[in-house]
Amino acid sequence: MMMRGLFHLTWLEIKIFLREPLGAIGTLFVPVAVFLLVGRAMNRGSAGPRTPDGVEFLQSGLPVLVSVFMAISAVISLITIISIYREGGILKRLRATPLRPHTILSAHVLSKLLFTAFTLTLMVLAGRRFYPAGLQAPMISFAFALLLSTLSILSIGFVIASVVPTARFAQPVSALIFYPMIGLSGLFVPVEALPSALQWVAKMLPMTYVVSLLSGIWTGDPWSAHLGDLGALAIAGAVFVALSARVFRWE
Amino acid sequence: MPSSVISVAGVRKTYGQTVAVDDVSFEVRDGEIFGLIGPNGAGKTTTMECVEGIRKPDRGAISVLGLDPFRDVYQLQERIGVQLQQSHLQKRIKVWEAVHLWASLYKKPISHGERLLDQLGLAEKRNAWFMTLSGGQQQRLFIALALINDPEVVFLDELTTGLDPQARRAIWELVRGIRARGKTVFMTTHLMEEAERLCDRVAIIEHGRIIDVDTPQGLIDKHVPDRTVVLTTEDPRAEELFRARRSVVDVTHAAAQFTIQGRGDGFITDVIQCLAEHQVRVGSFRTEQPTLEDVFLKLTGHSIRD
Repeated sequence: MMMRGLFHLTWLEIKIFLREPLGAIGTLFVPVAVFLLVGRAMNRGSAGPRTPDGVEFLQSGLPVLVSVFMAISAVISLITIISIYREGGILKRLRATPLRPHTILSAHVLSKLLFTAFTLTLMVLAGRRFYPAGLQAPMISFAFALLLSTLSILSIGFVIASVVPTARFAQPVSALIFYPMIGLSGLFVPVEALPSALQWVAKMLPMTYVVSLLSGIWTGDPWSAHLGDLGALAIAGAVFVALSARVFRWE
Repeated sequence: MPSSVISVAGVRKTYGQTVAVDDVSFEVRDGEIFGLIGPNGAGKTTTMECVEGIRKPDRGAISVLGLDPFRDVYQLQERIGVQLQQSHLQKRIKVWEAVHLWASLYKKPISHGERLLDQLGLAEKRNAWFMTLSGGQQQRLFIALALINDPEVVFLDELTTGLDPQARRAIWELVRGIRARGKTVFMTTHLMEEAERLCDRVAIIEHGRIIDVDTPQGLIDKHVPDRTVVLTTEDPRAEELFRARRSVVDVTHAAAQFTIQGRGDGFITDVIQCLAEHQVRVGSFRTEQPTLEDVFLKLTGHSIRD
């Protein structure tokens, strides 16, 4: 019964999301475009793939970076939608039906994960054809890793969505929280190369484990090499879901 | 007497330091339109949301269709229909999508969604996005959603706020139609005219407390029994003649216009008889009926719009 409500609502939320052209294009196609354009530009530039660093960045750095951005944009979109729905009384209206509260939130999570999966597929298909360095990563595993990472970060999104006062603040506040995390995540500078205080901060941030997991799986590591990352993301997910269950406001 | 569908006893609800409702008690009977009336902030919505099971009262007992609304909320939601005050749907959800979503949420099979849209005059808007609907159309959609599961009790919170008079009257007709189908309606409003025209019985609430419960006419007869006749006459005996009648309480006049206040069922007949007996020539004659507005003024010492 409730599963039917979940699928119905998820499908509806997907349709509704796609009706806003800017949001839909931004979510589905911009990551792919960035991926291809940056890849091609770097390939032509003088510091291009002839240097070993450049080759490595094209082969694993850029795809992982774009994937992390996809995860973050999914979270920011979720936070924005939840706060708009709360401000407009939509959450309250849905809750005054036999829909269970967690069904409403699950529908949004599900729709975000589906969009992420779609964009990743698009990236891979376009990458096979147009990307200079070619993509030889284990895509099924990577897709799995990306969805797990997104799920873990979405749980932080629920906490932020619980505390932002209005929809107007949702986007800037969540951008301010998530984008700086990338700087410490080990994507540009290895975590071991950071000052020790920042290393400590980095180890507290889930994004660090996201980047470690995604880069590892992308370059062909077995899952068993990343049990630590998976554990950290699972703990983060559990903690933030529990926290949001306590602080979440429906109106 | 019809059995009661909703019974509320001694309900209290506070938000932090603020007491929203206190010691609220009333019964809603099977098949009636019951109105909770009072100014904004009086505790109408809080009371209604406690009855709907959306809020948990701090104290007191509520029973709806024999269920505890907070404990049995999912069971209850199958059997009630709810329209919330000032709520919205997703901006870009289509009318038919909302109706189909709602229809999919209930255990019993629902097939009258399209017919409801027809009845509520939304058939031609079925492909329109929610954001493109007028205020009246949005409210009609919310009524459709509140009726989708063929509920036994329908809750309508400030249904016509923000609508123009024409849309308001159309909505009143719809609410009467709900009652005609044998359903019980529990509504709130701060519009006294709406309560008077629509409700079988009303409870007046102010500062979180119920002041009185009765039929609109019952409240008027009880709290503002005075009736007023306003007439014009050039007859010099007029004032003296009116004052001599037993049902007359007070007479004032400005030039030829007399305002006669009286009490009791026989008062107006009495004035007419007086005019006839003494062959007083009258230029104009009208009676003024007190309204719920006057009842509210009398009971609270201020107008509901203050």
